[in-house]
Amino acid sequence: MSLATAPARPTSEPVAFTQAKLPRLAPALVGVVAVAAAALPVLLLGWGLIAWALVAGVLYLVALPAWARVVEGPRGAADRMVTGLVWAACLVAIVPLVSLLYTVVDRGLPAINSTFLTYSMYRTELDQEVGIYHALVGTLLITLGAAVISVPIGIMAAIYLIEYGKGSRLARWITFLVDVMTGIPSIVAGLFAFSLFILIFGPSTRVGIGGSVALSLLMIPVVVRSTEEMLRLVPADLREASYALGVPKWRTIVKVVLPTALGGIVTGVTLAIARVVGETAPLLLIAGLTTRTNFNVFSERMTTLPVLIYTQNANPGIAETPGGTPPGIEIAWGGALVLILIVMMLNLVARVIGAIFAPKTGH
Amino acid sequence: MATIAADQKTGPARLGDRVFSATALAAGIAILLALAGVFIFLAIEGVPGLAKPAEFYGEASNFWGYVAPLLFGTVLAAVIALIVAVPLAWGIALVVSHYAPRSIATPIAYVIDLLAAVPSVVFGLWGISVLARHLQPGYVWLDENMGWLPFFAGPASGTGRTILTAGLVLAIMILPIITAISREVFSQTPRLHEEAALALGATRWEMIRMAVFPYARSGMVSAVMLGLGRALGETMAVAMVLSAGGGISLNLISSSNPASIASNIASNYKEGTPGKIQVLIATGLVLFLVTFLVNFAARWIVTRNERKLAR
Repeated sequence: MSLATAPARPTSEPVAFTQAKLPRLAPALVGVVAVAAAALPVLLLGWGLIAWALVAGVLYLVALPAWARVVEGPRGAADRMVTGLVWAACLVAIVPLVSLLYTVVDRGLPAINSTFLTYSMYRTELDQEVGIYHALVGTLLITLGAAVISVPIGIMAAIYLIEYGKGSRLARWITFLVDVMTGIPSIVAGLFAFSLFILIFGPSTRVGIGGSVALSLLMIPVVVRSTEEMLRLVPADLREASYALGVPKWRTIVKVVLPTALGGIVTGVTLAIARVVGETAPLLLIAGLTTRTNFNVFSERMTTLPVLIYTQNANPGIAETPGGTPPGIEIAWGGALVLILIVMMLNLVARVIGAIFAPKTGH
Repeated sequence: MATIAADQKTGPARLGDRVFSATALAAGIAILLALAGVFIFLAIEGVPGLAKPAEFYGEASNFWGYVAPLLFGTVLAAVIALIVAVPLAWGIALVVSHYAPRSIATPIAYVIDLLAAVPSVVFGLWGISVLARHLQPGYVWLDENMGWLPFFAGPASGTGRTILTAGLVLAIMILPIITAISREVFSQTPRLHEEAALALGATRWEMIRMAVFPYARSGMVSAVMLGLGRALGETMAVAMVLSAGGGISLNLISSSNPASIASNIASNYKEGTPGKIQVLIATGLVLFLVTFLVNFAARWIVTRNERKLAR
C-alpha cells in the first residue's frame, strides 16, 4: 500500500494542523529514568538522600526539555522547563516545613510529661522538677488581654468602615493605614508599648498588660481586615428588609448584620490570636522574664511561652552528662512543640468555625 | 408594629444610633491614633538617643556610625531572603493558580499557609539546630572552591550561624505572604485573555508570560515589597540564628557580619542602662520609618492598581 500512496503524494505539502508532541507519559517516564540514573552516582560515591533528590531533579530538568526540544521545538522545550521549575518550587518549599515539624515533634516529645506542663521554673531546692506552667499562664493571660483590647476596637472600626464611613475620605485612609499597619515589625510594637509604659510608670516597668498592648497593635489590623471582609458579604437585602420594618440602623447592625457575619468574624479573630500567640520580640521587651507563676497582668513580670523558648535556648545551662543535651535546650524544644500545637489548634478551630458558618452563597 | 414606629420617633432610638455610630467612628480614629502614637512615643524616647556621648555607641563615635552597620545587616539579610523566596513564591503561586488541578492546588495553598502559622521563635530554634548544622559543610566547601568571590571569602563559620543562614530562614518565613498575594493577582487574570493567548497557539508558559504577568505586574511588585517589609522587621529568627560581630562586609559565610536592627534590640535591651535603651529605641525608630515607607509604597501600588482595575 505504500506503493500506492507514496507516488500519489501531492507536490505541495499539506499544512500540518497539529504539532508533533511528546507522548502523554513523557514527564513520568523521564522522571523515573532520572531517579534511576541519579541513583548510580549517588550509590557509587556514597552521597545521601538529599543529593539523590537534587541530582534526579537536575537530570529531569535537563532531559525533558532536551527531548521536547528535539520533538516539539524550542517553544515546547521552554514550556516543559517552566512546568518542571514551578513544581520543583513547590517541593522545595515543602521540605523545610516537613523538616521543621519533624524536628519539633522528634525533639519536643521526650520533654513533655505531666510535671512539664504543671510546674513552673521556680525552684526552692536545687534538684526540683521544672516546667512551663508559668509560661502557659502568661501566654494565656497576655493573649487574652490583647484580645480584650483589640476585638472591640477592631470590630467597631470595621463597622465604621462598612456601615457608616463607606466611600468617605476618612474611611479610605483608615483602610489604607490598617493595611500598612499589618506590616509593622513586632519589635516596633514592643518598643511602642515599652516607651509608653516607661514614660508613664518609670524606667524599670515590666508588666503583662504592656505585652497585651503591644500584641493588640499587631492584632487590630488582622481583626479589622477579616471583619470588614465578612461585613461586606452580608447581603444588602437583609439590611433593607430590616430598615423597612422600621428598625433603627444600630439595631439592624447588632441584630441582623453582625449575627449573619458572626462565623467569619470569629474565624478572623481566632486567626489573629493564632498570629500573636507566637510573638516573642514585643514580650521580651515589656513583659520581662520570671520563673514564678504570675496571674496578675497589671503587676510584675510575666513570662510567655515564646520568650521562655528564646531565653532557655540562649542560656541552656549545663548538661547532666557530658555530651548530653543541656536542660534548657530540652525545655526549649518541649515548649516549641506545645506552642506549635496551640497555634495549629487555633488554626484548625478557625477553619472549622469558618466551614460551619460559611455564608451560603449557592443558589 | 406600633412600638417600632414609636421607637423611631422618640429619643432612645435616635440616641442609640448616635451613640453607636460615634463609637464606631471613635474605634476607627483610635486606630489612626495608635499608629500616630507608635511614632510619637518612639520619637519621645528615641530622639534623645540620637545625640548621646560617644561611649553609648560602642566602637562608633556617633549614632549614624552605630546604626549604619545594623541597617546594612538588616538590608543584606532581607535581600538574601528576597533573592531566594521570590522565585519560589512566584512558582508556587503559579502552580496554585494555573498549573495544578483544584484538588491539588487547595492542599498546596493550605500547606504554604501553615508555614505562615509557625511562630518565629520556632523557626529560630530550627534554624540553629537543623539548618545551620546542615549548611555548615556547604560553607566550608564554598570557602574552599569559590573563595575568590567576595561573598564566600571565608573563613567559613564553624557553627553555620551566618548571615546566609539567617537570610535563608527569613526566606522561608516571608514565602507565605509573597505567595498569597501573587496567587491572588495571578488568579484575577481575565479568563478571556488567557484563552485568547492559548487559542493563538501559545504554550502554557507563553500564555502566562503574555497574559498573566503583564496583568499581574504591579501586584507582583507589591508582593515583593511586602515580603521585604516583613524580612526587614523580623526579629527573633535573626537574633537566634545569626552570631553577629564585625562591621560592614559582603562576606556571607563567615561569622563576622553585623546584626540586624531588630535582632540587635532583642539581644541588647537586657543589659541596657536607660541611656543605652534610648539608643536602641532610636534604632527602632529608624527601622519603623524604613518598614513603614516600604509597606506604604507597597500598599499604595496595590490600591492604585485596584482602582485602575475597578474603572
